[in-house]
Amino acid sequence: MMSSPERPNGVPLIAIIAGHGDFAAGMISAVEHISGAGRRFVGVSNRDLSPAALVERLGAAVRESAASVVFTDLPAGSCTIAARRLQRDLPELLVIAGTNLPILLNFALGGDIPGAVDRALSTARDALAAHVHTSIR
Amino acid sequence: MPILLYRVDDRLVHGQVVVGWGQPLDLARIILVDDVVAESEWEQDLYRMGVPPEMEIVFLSARSAAAQLRTLQADAKPALLLTADIGTMRTLAERTGGIANVNLGGVHHRDDRLQKLRYVFLSESEELDLRALAAHGVTVTAQDVPGASPVPLDDVLKGSGAT
Repeated sequence: MMSSPERPNGVPLIAIIAGHGDFAAGMISAVEHISGAGRRFVGVSNRDLSPAALVERLGAAVRESAASVVFTDLPAGSCTIAARRLQRDLPELLVIAGTNLPILLNFALGGDIPGAVDRALSTARDALAAHVHTSIR
Repeated sequence: MPILLYRVDDRLVHGQVVVGWGQPLDLARIILVDDVVAESEWEQDLYRMGVPPEMEIVFLSARSAAAQLRTLQADAKPALLLTADIGTMRTLAERTGGIANVNLGGVHHRDDRLQKLRYVFLSESEELDLRALAAHGVTVTAQDVPGASPVPLDDVLKGSGAT
C-alpha cells in the first residue's frame, strides 16, 4: 500500500527530483520499491532540453506540485544550474545537489520539510562508504 | 599544454563538460567565454558552484578572450574553452586564427532552429557561421560526450543524424 503524501496537517510533502537521463525515474522507482513513498516525488529529466526549456519545465513542476525542495544529481549539472536560477524567483526553494537514494528515502519518510531535509542530509553523508574485501581468518 | 577542446554548448558548465570531458582530459581549467556571464557576478557564482575545487574557471568576454588566447594556449594548465553560441566561437576563431578544431556539444531547440542531430539544432545564420568557420580552416565536428563518434560538419548540416 502506497503511503500518503499528506502530512498530518494536510500539507503535502512533495519534492522534485531532477537529473540526467532517467535518473529521476530510476530514483522514484527505487523509493517506491523500498518504501512505497515514491509519489512524494515528481521527476524531471534534462534530456535534450535547452537551458531555458529546462528552467521552464522545472519551474512548472515546482509550481504544479507546490514542492519546496528540488533534489538534483550532479552539483555541476544543468538541473542544479536550472534549479538555482529558479531560486531567484522562488527564494524559499531549497536545492540539494548530489542526491543519493538514502537521502530520498529519509526525506520521503520524514515528518516535515525542515526536519526531513536535515535528517536526509545527515543520513546521506553517513551512507557514503567504501567497502574493501577483508579475509576472515 | 594547449587548450584541449573548443566547445560550443548552450548549457555552458554542466555534467558533460565537467565530468564527461573534464575527467578524461584531466582538465585543470575551464575558460568560459560569454559577454553576458563576463558582466554578471551572479552568473559567475552560478557556474563557479558547478566546478570542482581542483578545477579553475575563468570568465572572459569575447573581446578579452581573443586578446588573451595566445597566452591561454601557452599556459601549462590543460583547459577547455567554452562558448554558449556558435557566433562567439566564430568571432574568436576569426579574430585570432588560433583555433583549429571546434566541438559542437549542445545547441538545443529554439523556434528559429531546425534539428540536425539529437543535441544540435541550427538556425540559418548559425549554419552560415559554421560554414564560415570551415572556410576559415577550422575543423568542426559534433560530439556530445567523449564516448560518442564525432560527426563531421557536412553530416551535421545534412541532418543525417537527426532522429
